[in-house]
Amino acid sequence: MINMHDILETIKMIQDENLDIRTITMGISLLDCADPDIDASCEKVYEKIYSSAKDLVPVGESIEKKYGIPIVNKRISVTPISMLVGASKGDPVKYAKTLDRAAKDVGVNFIGGYSALVHKGFSPGDLALIESIPEALACTEYVCSSVNVGSTKAGINMDAVRMMGSVIKKSAELTCDRQCIGPAKLVVFCNAPEDNPFMAGAFHGAGEPDKVINVGVSGPGVVRSAISKMSDSDDLNMVADVIKKTAFKITRMGQLVGSEASQALGVPFGIIDLSLAPTPAIGDSVAYILEEIGLEQCGSYGTTAALAMLNDAVKKGGVMASGNVGGLSGAFIPVSEDAGMIAAAESGALSLEKLEAMTAVCSVGLDMIVIPGDTAEAVISGIIADEAAIGMVNSKTTAVRVIPAIGKGPGEELDFGGLLGKGPVMSVNEKSPDKMIQRGGRIPAPMQSLKN
Amino acid sequence: MRAVITVIGRDMVGILAKVSGTCADSNANVIEVSQSVLQEFFAMVMLIDISDMNCDIDELRKRLEDNVDQMTIHVMHEDIFNSMHKI
Repeated sequence: MINMHDILETIKMIQDENLDIRTITMGISLLDCADPDIDASCEKVYEKIYSSAKDLVPVGESIEKKYGIPIVNKRISVTPISMLVGASKGDPVKYAKTLDRAAKDVGVNFIGGYSALVHKGFSPGDLALIESIPEALACTEYVCSSVNVGSTKAGINMDAVRMMGSVIKKSAELTCDRQCIGPAKLVVFCNAPEDNPFMAGAFHGAGEPDKVINVGVSGPGVVRSAISKMSDSDDLNMVADVIKKTAFKITRMGQLVGSEASQALGVPFGIIDLSLAPTPAIGDSVAYILEEIGLEQCGSYGTTAALAMLNDAVKKGGVMASGNVGGLSGAFIPVSEDAGMIAAAESGALSLEKLEAMTAVCSVGLDMIVIPGDTAEAVISGIIADEAAIGMVNSKTTAVRVIPAIGKGPGEELDFGGLLGKGPVMSVNEKSPDKMIQRGGRIPAPMQSLKN
Repeated sequence: MRAVITVIGRDMVGILAKVSGTCADSNANVIEVSQSVLQEFFAMVMLIDISDMNCDIDELRKRLEDNVDQMTIHVMHEDIFNSMHKI
């Protein structure tokens, strides 16, 4: 018989430590929906998504019941819509509304892929899509958008960086009556992965199969709890070892759920994303793991080192547990979705600059950070450029998801509710990078790109 | 196919009888039972064969919850434990 201790450990992880499958995301290629007539194209998009994903939610729920493990989100990612816009022309917002309708009808809680990949330059479809993002996010509920502005291979498209500063600001303004929710659904990437199951940055890359199932696991609470049982005299080698073992167990569960879902839906299993994804639930926090390792509060000196170790140990444990690892696979540090990060930001222990340093050693980037509503567009572009540079030089994914709180300043907060949580307005360095941002052009790819 | 039932809570008379009775009603064969009582805290793990069960796992959990009051009950397919704890 299975060991009683192992059984009770699993039950405790699920019941008390918020262990769950964070998301089953179905990637769907929409390339066969391209049509010179935008209305015909939208109809094909709806049909393809609906017919492919209509069983996603029921299958997810039946797996939850069979294994007794919560699957928090069922989601869809699609081919970057800019490619369809390039073929059909017309108003891209029509696609956003179609995606929103399809997502609602199949019962998923987000659909990602209102995206454009412009790291080396724009096609007309890319430009039209980027310009439409604020309106698309304001008039839809489920649609998530992302734009890839840089890569290690191509460098950074600084014209796109400039545009995104303005898109983020405008998106916040258009949704200022709803806690500025628009930019919370918009990610600006460098080195965006094509198989990421996590929102808001999920899209279905051009190199992916027609349909695929990707799974994102979670479990910061389980890791924190495992470390809390250690003695203060255990050294960091031992801490890393405990993290590895815990990550292995969490990932094996993801592997099981992913293969089961893939089989039930008749869709190939793509990857497991090993990310430690926090939620606002008490105890389900990456910041608390760092504090459990031995920091007085997240944001203190030592935070970057502790996070680097955590991120690496999670990967080492997870890699052996899964056949195919992909997506973002690292620890997430979204401020508004993590109770410990919120507390650290509120107490002043955690600054934007420290978060930027942390993004160099973990996935993904400056995530879910609320900034003052009067932050200049060029400053937002500067934040994006810095993050993209970290990603480009280190051959890793970085991203920016900042939310300008229109009409609010430091000391106030935005409350998005649900998984997106709430975040205090963090102060930013207001010195202007405007002249550099206005230069535009491209930051050339670094030496690291020349690997052949 | 096998599943694991866990029952955790305050010890009282008749827990094992109620759980195994519900299993019998659901046509689930009990393969192995392990239980421990530490002071008043009761924990039982039961391995059952669900190949010929007359309901699904979730329905069995509901029946158990109806029959056994005030206990935390989980019914989970054994594969989750095998995949998490065995290499």
